[in-house]
Amino acid sequence: MTRQERAAWLFSAPVLAIIALVFVLPTALAMALSVTDYSIYALADWANLRFVGLGNFVDLFSTPLFWRAIGNTALFAVLGVPMAIGASLAVALLLNDATVRWKPLWRVLLFAPYVTSIVATAVVWRFLFNERSGLLNRALATIGIAPVDWLGNPHTSIPAILIFVTWKIFGYNMIVFTAALSAVPQDLMEAARLDGAGRWGRFRHVTLPAIGPTLLLAAVMSVAGFLQIFAEPYVMTLGGPAQSTTTILYFMFDEGFKWWNLGQASAVAFVLFLMILVLTMVQTRIGRRYEWL
Amino acid sequence: MALMKPRAILANAAVVLLTTLTIAPLLYMVIVSFMPRGESSNLPTPLWPSRWSLENYHELLVRRLIDGAWFDYRIVPALFNSVAIAMISTLLGLLLTVPAGYAFAKLRFRGRERLLKILIASLVVPGQVAMLPLFLIFKQLGLVNSYAGVILPSLAGIFAILFVRQATLAIPDEMIDAARIDGASETRIFVTIVLPLLTPIVVTLSLFMFLGSWNDFLWPLIVLADQHLYTLPVAVAAIAREHSADGELMMAAAVVTTMPVLLLFLAMQRYYLTGLLGGSVKG
Repeated sequence: MTRQERAAWLFSAPVLAIIALVFVLPTALAMALSVTDYSIYALADWANLRFVGLGNFVDLFSTPLFWRAIGNTALFAVLGVPMAIGASLAVALLLNDATVRWKPLWRVLLFAPYVTSIVATAVVWRFLFNERSGLLNRALATIGIAPVDWLGNPHTSIPAILIFVTWKIFGYNMIVFTAALSAVPQDLMEAARLDGAGRWGRFRHVTLPAIGPTLLLAAVMSVAGFLQIFAEPYVMTLGGPAQSTTTILYFMFDEGFKWWNLGQASAVAFVLFLMILVLTMVQTRIGRRYEWL
Repeated sequence: MALMKPRAILANAAVVLLTTLTIAPLLYMVIVSFMPRGESSNLPTPLWPSRWSLENYHELLVRRLIDGAWFDYRIVPALFNSVAIAMISTLLGLLLTVPAGYAFAKLRFRGRERLLKILIASLVVPGQVAMLPLFLIFKQLGLVNSYAGVILPSLAGIFAILFVRQATLAIPDEMIDAARIDGASETRIFVTIVLPLLTPIVVTLSLFMFLGSWNDFLWPLIVLADQHLYTLPVAVAAIAREHSADGELMMAAAVVTTMPVLLLFLAMQRYYLTGLLGGSVKG
């Protein structure tokens, strides 16, 4: 081993060992766990552990709440990704306007919600969403809209949580898009302007192709993020009302750490992983087709 | 201020309005936390306290005797736990990932490229998949219900390694080779030449790590069963699920949880945002 090699291993082996222990090994074990009936009995004594093959998955697929959780999570992602990315892009474009003053100040303030704890701000928003005395309904009353029971109605619970989530996270991609927008070729923009391209035309044919790859990456990460929603329903709605905000991770947490069905919960984790993997691959493929990657 | 065109006025007004709406929930959180108990549920919803009161913070933070038994919301211990855990995981995280990131960028060793590919690919795997077996492993190792149990998983900083590697690639090889020819040891090269150049990146990374650890929720919720070890988010979630009607008290708890990191972010925002922007945007 060369001197350089020895140093390299000295520098990287400790963290690689930790990654192996807390990430690689448990991920591999998750697959093993998902084909056992690991439950509170096995937690007490390993002798109670049995191999059940795909039994957990069969059970899961015949559990209505599991499908409900998949449906809710899909709804979160389908509505949430365009909502959050759209908000980020709109604000980034607005901030990118040459006439806007004090940009660094606005950037910092608009980003601030992103650094706060989800749990704490979820508590704040649950308070804002209160039907009787919440600030949101008071604001809506001034324009003549009747009070909405945001978190208490199964039809508004997901939109309400999405308003909170968008508020919380849009700052991150706003910054990412700001960086991408600053790399849009200005001479091309000028040329398009001289050729008589309108505002929309310039956005569609100059800006969008230039920020395409960034947009795609943000979409991939957002989809993965929205599929992993947990803390918001845990704090704001306890998965309700009428299980309308029970997400895949919420279901997994209850299954695993409330009822201690760790085998079953691992099967849920596995399904979540596959969903993220497939969606990432699909999005990457779409990106390739449009030559964004 | 020079005369502005209507379009410019419109754009600036829109930005001001958006920023106000974004900040309003945080401001309202602070305002309500100073309202007398119960005032926030009056109608019409008060926007300002009738008098500024510290009673919510007193209720939340001070231990008191009720029917002969001590009672408190365990927010002070949670604050202490959060600070300790965030500081330890940031320090250990830097110690582990910064040298590794440098090694992956500048040191030649067998298997480097393959390991790098594996690290990048593993970013797709959500951490939650590992959590259930990890809980069982930690139970065997006696790490459940301990600081170590919370901190250890946060040290597997794959993103941090890649982040440091990316920054280190910009350092010219000639500098490092020159030091090698002068006979400096690899450790010495890292400490005296590379580390000073990486300082801004290390500050950015330590902010990411501190905030990440402070706000982390699902894993601490799983691994901590003892209320005395709860971090702030876990403690606040527990109170929120039990005392949902108590608006002012909950806002005070939210202030205690968010203000330390908000202030840290405001003080260090330049490092944080340049880290995200990759140094491409100024002003």
